[in-house]
Amino acid sequence: MVIYGVSFLGACYILGQILGEYLAKWIGVKANVGGVGFAMLFLILAHDYFNKRNLFSAEAEKGILFWSQMYIPVIVAMSATQNVVLALDSGLLAIIAGVIPVFMCFACIPLLVKLTKSPIID
Amino acid sequence: MEIVSSFFEKNGLIVAFVAVGMISYLGFLISKYVLKNKIPGAAVSILLGLIVAYFAGLYTGGSKGIADISVFSGMSILGGSMFRDFAIVSTAMGASFMLIRQTGLAGAISLVLGTTVSFVGGAIIANLFGYHDAKSMATIGAGACTFIVGPVTGAALQASSEVIALSIATGVVKSILVTISTPLIASYIGLNNAHTAMIYGGMMGTTSGVSAGLAATDTKLVPYGALTATFATGMGCLLCPSVFYLILEKIL
Repeated sequence: MVIYGVSFLGACYILGQILGEYLAKWIGVKANVGGVGFAMLFLILAHDYFNKRNLFSAEAEKGILFWSQMYIPVIVAMSATQNVVLALDSGLLAIIAGVIPVFMCFACIPLLVKLTKSPIID
Repeated sequence: MEIVSSFFEKNGLIVAFVAVGMISYLGFLISKYVLKNKIPGAAVSILLGLIVAYFAGLYTGGSKGIADISVFSGMSILGGSMFRDFAIVSTAMGASFMLIRQTGLAGAISLVLGTTVSFVGGAIIANLFGYHDAKSMATIGAGACTFIVGPVTGAALQASSEVIALSIATGVVKSILVTISTPLIASYIGLNNAHTAMIYGGMMGTTSGVSAGLAATDTKLVPYGALTATFATGMGCLLCPSVFYLILEKIL
């Protein structure tokens, strides 16, 4: 059933976010710390565990896949509700902060390939 | 007319589904026919969303974009933190732990290095533009990771809506640039095998930009790049509002 997948995803979400809340309290940050990241890790590990034991039906997976395909639309909705008028006061910042790190990362790739050249999947 | 507007207000989330569907359709049409698929539909749709928010903001003088127009108030539910985080978590499903282990050390290093380089680059540039507080610098630095990490970090640190919008814009610029520049730069960085593709995915981070850019370069490389790129967002969401933010706060 589709709801099993949605419920499973919801459980990972809740566990991850709550862990994020507690971690935040523990390190003294006034908000959620890494809850989304933890939830993702839980989802990967738990899905992998159940999938290996054939406890995850294709129907249930559809319940998760639906939401993974909804993420761009959700981000579109989020963009449409942001305070863009204020942001555009320093519009050049977004462009420069978007461009410079990309080229910094491009520059790192050949170096990293050399350092780790032990192709497993080649 | 009053009947329609009060109906729209009562059914806000459904109205938001319809509205986002229309924005996305327009985005994909522009991507296909105007931009000849050079920029992915997703990136165009997100930009359209920001444009809509800009004009809505000018019209209402509010801070919540199109959601300040009462008939579209449901947009703040669909685009709010609950749906956003829920949908983002679901994207991790595509990756299996077996494959992560196969990616091995190279993937892990590229994820950490990519997140760090992007964050540091973005945060320094934010500082040069006059954002001297750790929250804003961290949010914009996170935006330089991906357009998802930015708002997640911003929300976690309770940065201002203006800075969150900037971080999304930064991430969108990055996604578009990665998409366009990947096929052009591929031969210079040796991007023609799975090993490099995985490192590339981890370094660049932006899943939409990486998968679109790799598709334009060599479709066989897409799953390898997307695999690590999927983790870059999780890695960013984990590191930026916590470790990186705390280090940044100490430095300042």
